[in-house]
Amino acid sequence: MLNLETAESPHKLRRVAIEPVSRVEGHGKVTILLDEENRVHQVRLHIVEFRGFEVFIEGRPYWEVPVTVQRLCGICPVSHHLAAAKAMDLVAGYGPLTSTAEKLRRLLHYGQLVQSHALHFFYLASPDLLFGFDSEVGKRNIVGVAAAFPDLAKRGVMTRKWGQEIIRHIVGKRIHGTGCIPGGMNKPLHVDERDALRRDVDEIVAWARESVDLVASLHETNPDFYKRFGEAPSNMMGLVNAAGETDYYHGGLRAVDADGAPIFDHVDYTTYQDVLQEETKPWTYMKFPHIKALGAENGSYRVGPLARVQVADRLSTPLAEDQRRKFVAIGQGKPLHGALMFHWARMIEMLNAAEMARDLLHDREIVGTDLMADKGPARGEGVGVIEAPRGTLFHHYRVGKDDLVTYCNLIVSTTNNNQAMNESIRAVAARYLTGREVTEGLLNHIEVAIRAYDPCLSCATHALGQMPLEVELVDPDGALVSRVRRG
Amino acid sequence: MRLVVLGWGNDSRGDDALGPALLDRMTAAGRPEVTIVEDYQLQVEHALDLVGADCALFIDAGKGTPAPYAFSRLAPKRDATHSTHALSPEAVLDVYLQVRGEAPPPAFALCVRGESFELGEGLTRDGLERLELAWSFIQTLMAEQSVEAWDRLARQSAPLVRVPA
Repeated sequence: MLNLETAESPHKLRRVAIEPVSRVEGHGKVTILLDEENRVHQVRLHIVEFRGFEVFIEGRPYWEVPVTVQRLCGICPVSHHLAAAKAMDLVAGYGPLTSTAEKLRRLLHYGQLVQSHALHFFYLASPDLLFGFDSEVGKRNIVGVAAAFPDLAKRGVMTRKWGQEIIRHIVGKRIHGTGCIPGGMNKPLHVDERDALRRDVDEIVAWARESVDLVASLHETNPDFYKRFGEAPSNMMGLVNAAGETDYYHGGLRAVDADGAPIFDHVDYTTYQDVLQEETKPWTYMKFPHIKALGAENGSYRVGPLARVQVADRLSTPLAEDQRRKFVAIGQGKPLHGALMFHWARMIEMLNAAEMARDLLHDREIVGTDLMADKGPARGEGVGVIEAPRGTLFHHYRVGKDDLVTYCNLIVSTTNNNQAMNESIRAVAARYLTGREVTEGLLNHIEVAIRAYDPCLSCATHALGQMPLEVELVDPDGALVSRVRRG
Repeated sequence: MRLVVLGWGNDSRGDDALGPALLDRMTAAGRPEVTIVEDYQLQVEHALDLVGADCALFIDAGKGTPAPYAFSRLAPKRDATHSTHALSPEAVLDVYLQVRGEAPPPAFALCVRGESFELGEGLTRDGLERLELAWSFIQTLMAEQSVEAWDRLARQSAPLVRVPA
């Protein structure tokens, strides 16, 4: 592992800042400290995230929390809605969900996975994969691959729209939905709504399959580059079911090390604080969670698609599992850790989610009306965990006898990936910036590594009028040498 | 004129609620010829909301933008971004161009300057004043529903300058 987190004498180094300032809160910034010969001495990713969100939740009645938390993030409100609802099922004392309620929540989640992964692939990943690099030979090959997929943009948008339609039908409206409530669901899926979703599902599965093929084809144009870019070996974690399959909605926590050896398995996620510990650092608002048994130095881990498809023994659907096998074979027995491999894993997951959604849309129980579980005594504390599109998401609450939330702890996917993202960026910086002039193209390589993770930037607010990207070069004395604006 | 109005923001974050607040008023005003779309963020699928429209109006709060508001004509442009977390109106128009293979409908942005965007806050005093001014301007727009008239108003407005936070 590269030791580039803290330079020995940072005051003597030149500072390069890549500062996207497109959001009021939640912007990211990469700082690179270089010496006089442009050697990388320190790299840090700063993300202002989830400041004050726990305080925002504390003091609110528990039953409104699954709705309120949707305001934490404008891009993944369904993830927070589901995780909070799972925690509040426990808080309120409900037993296991009814079969229909759990299937509706799962369909909601799979719809979200499809739309989120489609958006990422169409809008962020494919431009990087198709046009993001400067090898002319590579470009010629890539243009040929792209020509075989002429409707990429249209498919991306239509797939995204289909996932959004699942969400709209299940939670009732496009935003501020109230589908999941403690103990179950508050509305059934009607037959006409199910049939509307069924009409397009086979096409969505076919498109997802072709998207996996596209990523695989791009990989074939330059296998070593795609495998090694931003490569940062790390521990990995995800939820698996009893059969060892990735379970995006519910399961036990499994962690493996960088070589794939088990660290822990089938851990009840309500005891997550027994196996995970959160650490703060003075240079960022973000927390750095790590595996407690390994300590802060060695215990950081990666979550999200690249971790999930490798932590699990298999995926639950045939097309996706076939693709997963081909993917892991690239590693020849060792886990893959390159940042660009995220894109491939993400498309395999999109296929997995689309297949599972198709199965649920043909399940008679999905239009059932038995939506609420039996209720027992309130427990006063609950933990809800799901595999959100970007990775494992923890919601932990305690509630007083007056039904008001007294404690809230959130560990979001981006926080779980914090150290892994930093390591990927350090790997890119060390490989592409050392000893060379700092150009926009080189800095773009760092952005490519960031985009692979698609970090959540607590974007519940944003506003027009701000620049998407600013790059600053500052000398060892802190004076601005140059500034580059992009966008 | 078949008009689509897209507004976005978070009504739990201070002046970020300016867009949703204006949409609430437009909804209450009850104009059946106007399609109103509200969301947390602009995303690629909003390009599909523009299909069949004669004109689009994007409404959002702004940070560091002209006060009380800026009204401008938009053109398709791809964002340079590191995240899928939000698109600009120009990027949505660019997605329309990519997906439909044709120019999007004429589009305008009404950007109301906000001052504070902290979680759990309501509109600031400045935000409340600008909400009234922007609402008055929207009524002017509704009274003169033509692209030519809106172009004229856009030329009279302070430009929407993008500045760092």
